[in-house]
Amino acid sequence: MSEPALTAPVTSGPTPTCRISEAVIRIAGNSQDGIQAIGGFLARLAGRSEQEVMTFMTIPSTISGGPSIFQVRVGSGEVLSAGDEADLLVAFYQHSYEDHIHSLRRGGIVLYDTDHVQPRTEWQTDYRHVGIAISSLTVEAIGGTAKDKGKNVFVLGLLARMFDLSVPKLEQLIRERFGGKNESLVNNALGAFHAGYGFSVENLIETFHFADSRKRDRVQVVMNGNEALAYGLIAAGVRFGAAYPITPWSDIMEILRRELPKYGGSFIQCEDEIASVCMALGGSYGGRVAVTGSSGPGIALKTEALGWGVMAEMPLVVINVQRGGPSTGLPTNVEQSDLNLACFGGHGDAPRVVLAPANVEDCFYTAIEAVNIARRYSVPVIVLSDQAIATRIEAFDEPDLPKCCQDLTPDLGPVAEFKPYDLSAPDGITQHRPPGAPIANGRYPIVTGLEHDEMGHPSGAPKVHSDMTAKRRRKLQALAATLPRSTVYGPAEGQVLLVGWGSSRGPIREAVDRARAAGNSVSALHLRHLHPLPNGLENIFSGFSQVLVTELNDQGFYGYGQLAALLRARYCDPRIRGLNKTDGLTFKVKEILAAVNSQLAASSGGAASPL
Amino acid sequence: MSPTLTDLPERSRVLLTPPTSADAERKPLTKKEIAADHPTWCPGCGDFSVLALYFKLIEKRKLWHEKITTIAGIGCSSRFPYFVQSHGVHFIHGRSLPFASGVSLSRPDLHVFVFGGDGDIFSIGGNHFTHTARKNVRMSCVVMDNWVYGLTKKQTSPTSPLGFKSKTDGWGALDRPINPLKQALAAGATFVARTTHTNPNHVLQMMETAMDHDGFSFIECLSECVEFFPGAFDTANPRKGGEFNLVPKDHDVADEVAAYDLAGASFPGYFGVFYQVQRPTKNALEAQVIADARQKLGGLKDWQILQQTFDRMK
Repeated sequence: MSEPALTAPVTSGPTPTCRISEAVIRIAGNSQDGIQAIGGFLARLAGRSEQEVMTFMTIPSTISGGPSIFQVRVGSGEVLSAGDEADLLVAFYQHSYEDHIHSLRRGGIVLYDTDHVQPRTEWQTDYRHVGIAISSLTVEAIGGTAKDKGKNVFVLGLLARMFDLSVPKLEQLIRERFGGKNESLVNNALGAFHAGYGFSVENLIETFHFADSRKRDRVQVVMNGNEALAYGLIAAGVRFGAAYPITPWSDIMEILRRELPKYGGSFIQCEDEIASVCMALGGSYGGRVAVTGSSGPGIALKTEALGWGVMAEMPLVVINVQRGGPSTGLPTNVEQSDLNLACFGGHGDAPRVVLAPANVEDCFYTAIEAVNIARRYSVPVIVLSDQAIATRIEAFDEPDLPKCCQDLTPDLGPVAEFKPYDLSAPDGITQHRPPGAPIANGRYPIVTGLEHDEMGHPSGAPKVHSDMTAKRRRKLQALAATLPRSTVYGPAEGQVLLVGWGSSRGPIREAVDRARAAGNSVSALHLRHLHPLPNGLENIFSGFSQVLVTELNDQGFYGYGQLAALLRARYCDPRIRGLNKTDGLTFKVKEILAAVNSQLAASSGGAASPL
Repeated sequence: MSPTLTDLPERSRVLLTPPTSADAERKPLTKKEIAADHPTWCPGCGDFSVLALYFKLIEKRKLWHEKITTIAGIGCSSRFPYFVQSHGVHFIHGRSLPFASGVSLSRPDLHVFVFGGDGDIFSIGGNHFTHTARKNVRMSCVVMDNWVYGLTKKQTSPTSPLGFKSKTDGWGALDRPINPLKQALAAGATFVARTTHTNPNHVLQMMETAMDHDGFSFIECLSECVEFFPGAFDTANPRKGGEFNLVPKDHDVADEVAAYDLAGASFPGYFGVFYQVQRPTKNALEAQVIADARQKLGGLKDWQILQQTFDRMK
């Protein structure tokens, strides 16, 4: 946090109320307690209240049960990360209390369920303890057979009281969530909520009030990264796809399977990962840019068919929601270790495009961009999301849907002639033409994975292979030339440039803000286009003494993470170093700052300002 | 609303569909117009006859270039699409069926034909065969079965008979061969037939019947590899002293158990349609899902449908 929150009470009347600009709330319990639901309510409420919000959650990879947390950071200003340390911890059980108390900042509040938690005396000095009989109060409020189901909503009521949240808006959210099925469900939920809200928490601790946030031009929508990618694909005009379930990709395929028929499309669940990419390629061949997706292991299985997509020059969008690897790895944790696979996975010289969204909002627009690049350049485009973006909820300005939505109905009108692999095309850029179009000269194209001549017929002639290999490369070099110039966050010259990609953008920016506030010369560069890279990065690097590539993967044999190695290979710039970690969690701002600090200390003999 | 995947007119599946006025003006394609590259197969290869009969099917049924897609995986027989003047796809080894499913499910106006070999469809592509059959995706799949890997020069294939001496089983094949017909029946194929390259009229008849079948139609076509398994099918060829036995006239093609029994007959076995039933196709089922979803929306534009969803995410 850039400024201490939840402290410095401003006393007004009998119960102190503090004005705060933001708060980090962590709720810890078991996965069946509906913890994600409260987090979702808080995130949605923030979106409706024009506040910024970012969430972080963990789910166990077991099917039912097991510890689960949800962390939500709500603020009136810009929220860049889910927060390193929590201001408030809600602990449902002893294990929640013991495992997560150290995620609180010193002086933070732990609100625990006295029915399940035995507070430890040694922690009483560092953390403010507030015990409430959450379980029994919930049972008392709802009664009947529901037992303590609903204690999540009871806690929501408590939080509403503590943080002066809008009760009508929360009631509305509860009705939307539980309504429709069973009236008693809504009534129970509202009962639990009001029991929590009615509890006089102000007798135990001060209450808080969020400062007004800036007015926004557009209404906010609240969703997670998987939802934003799925709806981005729909907006882009994708109407066909195929996939196989795997965590954390599955949500996207579930959404597309459910939603695409409304738009006249289909999404097919296949027998395996290989069949999915092949079926999607078949859909693309049929004339629509199709989509497939998976997470790490599944993408590895798809690589042979992706090579065909490159060779046959077929548009395709492939989503990879990265998780920890290799092999089954860490299915429910984050890692950015599939960059090499995305850029280079497979055999042969197989240039393709790799994009990585920076946050939830960017998922929506990256999906559209991926589809348009795939179409324009007739090439597979891989979108590298990750588990952190996939599961975190953010509020962002509602996209201008009439403007964003594209109609990609294929043109099946007659043509005089058609060469699928015309070598004389400017920059080697040719477009796929689906079956169904009569071709007047009677010469019909073959699309193929064999090296081929301009009509797609096999040819292993030395010149043909050289020319066609160059064609497949040249068209993407042409794409690179059109990519927008990257801009630096912070001054364009200084000591350290932090280079990041994917979900790390928020924490990196927050680190820059804090480092600069402490007087250190740190800027950041975020890359969304990873393969091909945009041109001109060397001019940006030359403005800094050190370039620290910050990514969630291993430093490798030679000390560079996957993007760092790519940048080293391209620029041969000894200033490029790696800042890597592989604990399966997103970057904490303080981790980045510690690395920056030691770099600064090393380069200037300990002259860095303390952070 | 943008056109849906099912808005394109469905291809005519029955022989007697009257041609449209535009079609009437077009002359049927000649063999010359349908033939593309000269086949790369060895002289005497059984695949030549399958190709010739595919041309005949296109001529006879007045199919236009742009309405046919010829799709194959990898193998000798899978070179097929290069030899046909139509939209064609030479895909990767074993995966022609899911690719073809993608085409079929997104383009109801096209005739989708898949050609492959025993290795392509039953070995590396075995999983896909099972699932394409069970989903009943509309397409015709002809497996040119030669009981050997030809393109890689004589290794054991999944249909090689026990004891067949190949480069990977110098002492004779050890693994029990697959029975393609039983495989298809067990997987839930709705059309299962068997023919042999030495009986051209029968090949054409099977292809036509398969093409008219609304669903996944599978033909096992014995196709001799004169280079690596010469004489494999002589006992099914009357000209070589063998016998060509049609499926008995009293066989009920809707009787799965009877079909299974028939498929178990020792070589040369029977030729003809073993099994044919009507079951809703994947194409029809998905089209129904689309129709049901669209009906509730009353002609909203795409962006308006998405707007409704976003309105619930505020």
